[in-house]
Amino acid sequence: MMKPIRVWAIARKEVVHILRDPRSLMMAIAIPMLLLVLFGYALTLDVDNVPMVVWDQSQSQTSREFISRFDGSRYFSIRQYARDYHEVERSIDTGKALVALIIPTDFGSDIKSGRAAPVQLIVDGGDSNTATIAMGYADFVALNYSQDVAIREIARSGGPKLHPPLDMRPRVWFNAELVSKNYIIPGLIAVIMMVIAALLTSLTVAREWERGTMEQLIATPVKGSELILGKLLPYFALGMLDVLLAVLMGEFLFEVPLRGSVGLLFGMAAVFLVGALSLGMFISIMTRSQLLASQLAMVLTFLPSFLLSGFMYSIANMPPPIQIMTHLIPARYFVVLLKGIYLKGVGLEVLGLNAVLLAVFAVVMVALANFKFRKKLE
Amino acid sequence: MNTNEAELAVVVRDLEKRFGKFVAVSSVSFEVARGEIFGFLGSNGAGKSTVIRMLVGLLTPTSGSGRVAGFDVGTEAENIKKHIGYMSQKFSLYDDLTVEENINLYSGIYRIDRAKKKQRKEWVLEMAGLRDHRHSRTSILSAGWKQRLALGCAVLHEPEIIFLDEPTSGVDPISRRQFWDLINDLAGKGVTVFVTTHYMDEAEYCDRLGLMDRGELIAVGTPGSVKADLMKDDILDVHCQRPQDAIADIEQLASVKDVALFGRGLHVVVENAEVAIAEIRKSLESKSFVIERIEVIPPTLEDVFVSLIEARDKAMDVRKVAG
Repeated sequence: MMKPIRVWAIARKEVVHILRDPRSLMMAIAIPMLLLVLFGYALTLDVDNVPMVVWDQSQSQTSREFISRFDGSRYFSIRQYARDYHEVERSIDTGKALVALIIPTDFGSDIKSGRAAPVQLIVDGGDSNTATIAMGYADFVALNYSQDVAIREIARSGGPKLHPPLDMRPRVWFNAELVSKNYIIPGLIAVIMMVIAALLTSLTVAREWERGTMEQLIATPVKGSELILGKLLPYFALGMLDVLLAVLMGEFLFEVPLRGSVGLLFGMAAVFLVGALSLGMFISIMTRSQLLASQLAMVLTFLPSFLLSGFMYSIANMPPPIQIMTHLIPARYFVVLLKGIYLKGVGLEVLGLNAVLLAVFAVVMVALANFKFRKKLE
Repeated sequence: MNTNEAELAVVVRDLEKRFGKFVAVSSVSFEVARGEIFGFLGSNGAGKSTVIRMLVGLLTPTSGSGRVAGFDVGTEAENIKKHIGYMSQKFSLYDDLTVEENINLYSGIYRIDRAKKKQRKEWVLEMAGLRDHRHSRTSILSAGWKQRLALGCAVLHEPEIIFLDEPTSGVDPISRRQFWDLINDLAGKGVTVFVTTHYMDEAEYCDRLGLMDRGELIAVGTPGSVKADLMKDDILDVHCQRPQDAIADIEQLASVKDVALFGRGLHVVVENAEVAIAEIRKSLESKSFVIERIEVIPPTLEDVFVSLIEARDKAMDVRKVAG
């Protein structure tokens, strides 16, 4: 049986350690905020205002109308009108433009006489994602323009007033403006909390081994479970404070809509924190070295959570073996939970399985930390 | 000695500890009676700390058996921890906590009754002389104060036996004296004290001693019996002019085992006092050193231990050569 008086004594001393070390306290609070701001602003996947260079050899009313279709959309912004091929090339080489639109001399006359008018689009494929999206936008603009020209031609030659046969009306759910920060921020909170929580506790047991204070502690009747719980409690409070700050930043700084239950969000964060903090504790117990523990905590949490949690890269697009691996990444479940709560406003009726798996992670980590803690010097 | 098991605080039989191939402690057996101050002597690396760590349940013996406060060191380590106090070699309280916070922590860990808590805390503060420093960070305390605070925290729960691993190393002489007064007070109240040290003057304060060398216990007894029984050689106190020059002469004599400067004179270890005195006189007089006096003196503990360890060194060398 755990004795509350011992857990309390340990917890109180840990609180004093934390409060007397303003540098690590600052780190525990400032670093998650800093990461959230950095990644929150830098990690935008939206492709807007793609810089474009145009070489209009036609210089006709028709060509100018076509160009205005690009300039008028929010996807492209024309940075330069080139006078020759050299200028186009330099513009792309220097990165001034990512896309070049080249309109041949006969463009105007071709369109007027109903011939197919070739138009060249050059795309900088250095960033394949942006290139693909920009090509898609350009296709869409060009297709729209052709359709309009065709309909106008038919009408002018006395044909019937045509309507396009299909009228698709897309509606985007959950993130109507398709703003990437709306799904990046919730995922980011999960990933950052994973890293910070594991780092926070990774030092606590190792530090006592290095300073020799552990030898004194384990020569007393204190139980491993009392020691671990006593150490977890203050860090749990600190972790929940981090979550609160992150949620507040999401709300007021990034203005990410929080549609689901706030209670569920914090409840799940609590379960997740228990697991992540215990993981850090487990690492600390196994290594008994602060340097090794903190590095291991970083390596084990940062990249896996970043790449394999589905926070940025869709798990469905990964090769099957990697997809299986992602099940071992606890941040994965928390990412799904947070995105679900934030964007879809759904509850446990949908997220139940993820909540259960998150709880399993927490239970396993707590058990491992307790199992591996020995009151022996060897 | 009383061999009734219940009267014994510590019983150790053939205790052995290996770390991989390295034998840290080999076949150690001894007993400590309740209420005794038992001193464990030996140089650094002799295995003192390893023995103490096995006794307090921090290390599991590789073989052999031991009982502390009636509990087995191999299988009942957690029970032992309830009945003992332990002070490790390195200061191991928290530097960033205040004196009072450190006491509160251990008083919580030992689950001291609410009613008694305050009284025990005041007792520790009084005993360690830290009444006026209760709100000071432990880091600013002197080594002597730290050690007394550590002792206080180790005996907060009034254990039957306390284990102190080199409690006075790095502490000034006055603090060492004060520390031993505390140990004597505790022993006076019936607490068994098991203490390791490498200060020979401290060994004299102990009821009984054990001497360790290279993992083995090579002598056990009261300071008096160790000096009387284990010293096969005689010690001569030689006072003459220019003793530092006389060393070279005396060293060469057949009857002399060892010579060392000691105060203003020389301590000479010899096998047979009568033969040696005659030889030394003859040699020194022939070189015209003026001899003030030569007399047989009782050996100090240091003399005994140095000669025991040197005898072992020689035996090992012989074995090596023979091997």
